[in-house]
Amino acid sequence: MFELCLPAILGGKCIPSAALFGQLLIGLINGSFYALLSLGLAVIFGMLNIINFTHGAQYMLGAFTAYIILQKTGLGYWPALIIAPLIVGVLGIIIERTMLQWLYKLDHLYGLLLTFGVALIIEGIVRNEYGSAGLPYTLPDSLRGGQNLGFMFLPNYRAWVVGASLVVCFGTWFVIERTRLGAYLRAATENPTLVRAFGINVPRMITLTYGFGVALAAFAGVMAAPIYNVSPQMGAELIIVVFAVVVIGGMGSILGAILTGFGLGVIEGLTKVFFPEASNTVIFVIMAIVLLVRPAGLFGRRA
Amino acid sequence: MERVTETGAQTMPERHERSQWIAFAVMVAALLAAPFFVYPLFVMQALCFALFALAFNLLIGYVGLLSFGHALYFGWASYLSAYSAKAWGFTPELAILTGTLTAAICGLVAGSLAIRRQGIYFAMITLALAQMMFFVALQAKFTGGEDGIQAVPRGYLFGVIDLRNDMAMYAVVLVVFLFGFLFIHRIIHSPFGEVLKAIRENEPRAISLGYKTDRYKLIAFVLSATLAGLAGSTKAIVLQIASLTDVNWPMSGEVVLMSLVGGLGTIFGPIVGAIVILTMQYKLAPVGEWVLVIQGVIFVACVLLFRRGIVGEIAHKLKIRL
Repeated sequence: MFELCLPAILGGKCIPSAALFGQLLIGLINGSFYALLSLGLAVIFGMLNIINFTHGAQYMLGAFTAYIILQKTGLGYWPALIIAPLIVGVLGIIIERTMLQWLYKLDHLYGLLLTFGVALIIEGIVRNEYGSAGLPYTLPDSLRGGQNLGFMFLPNYRAWVVGASLVVCFGTWFVIERTRLGAYLRAATENPTLVRAFGINVPRMITLTYGFGVALAAFAGVMAAPIYNVSPQMGAELIIVVFAVVVIGGMGSILGAILTGFGLGVIEGLTKVFFPEASNTVIFVIMAIVLLVRPAGLFGRRA
Repeated sequence: MERVTETGAQTMPERHERSQWIAFAVMVAALLAAPFFVYPLFVMQALCFALFALAFNLLIGYVGLLSFGHALYFGWASYLSAYSAKAWGFTPELAILTGTLTAAICGLVAGSLAIRRQGIYFAMITLALAQMMFFVALQAKFTGGEDGIQAVPRGYLFGVIDLRNDMAMYAVVLVVFLFGFLFIHRIIHSPFGEVLKAIRENEPRAISLGYKTDRYKLIAFVLSATLAGLAGSTKAIVLQIASLTDVNWPMSGEVVLMSLVGGLGTIFGPIVGAIVILTMQYKLAPVGEWVLVIQGVIFVACVLLFRRGIVGEIAHKLKIRL
């Protein structure tokens, strides 16, 4: 173990390496969730032209579904990691078919308002059923414990979350940017009418895209469940930060969304070490600076 | 938008103007009578929220900008108004002025950042900035954190009129509200307001006609924030409290809901919407968290089935503008 110090001009604060890397890891974990959620938002926005305000509620629903599966059926973390995103994804598809599909021709803001309303409904129902206090979700046995790396202690579960998020994020990037299915998606984003004329069922693609984006949020929710308590408001607080992340990164680029998500998580973690009182606001401050310097966002194209 | 067609002897603009005057007269009469029939504190609260919704609607209804962070201006004005009245012993009119000025400054800073992006990003930026200022309010010492600023003295208006009397307080709130209403009406029907509507309809075209649309948008934003602040400051004096509720994101959502229910882009809609939503909250207070669900259902219903809102629907049926 060793210590790291800030330069005197920034206050000269010294931090033991274990604390620093510990916070850095928490930053990476938050960053994984920012990346997964902003990725889902970007994919949905690309196809549906709607900013999915329900995203936070769907992340929360993922965590709660895992909790409920454990309580009712005794099925643990690993089955929940598959089942919960499927259930929430299907709920998303129902939302898209019954409500969102009527909004595509209207102004963007109606999509935002509708999904905000759906988020309120979901959060309200969960609060009624489970109260607003956090509920604990136990770690799977297979991921307990950790490694001593010399300069820090690395809990296995946290390493797993960061690794799994990276795999899912880059998997999504690969599918969209490097496969035939992704080519259809990108083409339908550019010009849906033309793609339909080639005999591709664009409305079904839109529905499935929404289901997939929502499932990503639920997947993040299940992974978050053992780290944070499962609570009805966990999504609402997160989604606002994710909006700031999306403004900083711009929604034009998938890789951009991933990098911005992880990067901001790390910056937030470091802020927690050196300037704890600013850790809640740092992402918003960065957003303001980016708006001043590069109004279109780091990876955005000027609309 | 404005098409002048003859309907009998009247032209359309005259017809609109007459129906608006009638509606205004009905409203003033109702507001003068209200405190004798309804709990005055409730009416005062409703008027503050109605002014808040009117200010919000100035942006979305007439410039087409959706601000999802109006709690910032309402809440921070409320804090400064409460703090200056309690800690510095300001008279109520000075306290309200302090709060309103605070909101104007916040609006200038947040507005100049938010108008750098269009459409859906604008909504996200305003929401994020409001959330940032929520955290500042949570951590700052003077706001009292979770407790808020309680037992704010209503004081003496101009040092003379005792506002502990509910009727005197009501008169002040009514004057503030009517001032705000007429001011917004004036803005909308001025040449400046016509440019705002042109930006709403087609911004590139307004730019090509030589208007510096960013400047118009910023002025509209600051005006809206200032009036939201006027509402928040007055609320702090009336209810004698400023708290985190005023500055948190659900408040931003609530003002959107009020305007949506009443009718976006109608001048009377936000008032009706504010009254409907507040009444609902009072009636439904015993059922607790279901209020959230019901608010969500109203959002969904309004967007899917009822986009004109209550007043918009009435105006559409009667072929007038309200």
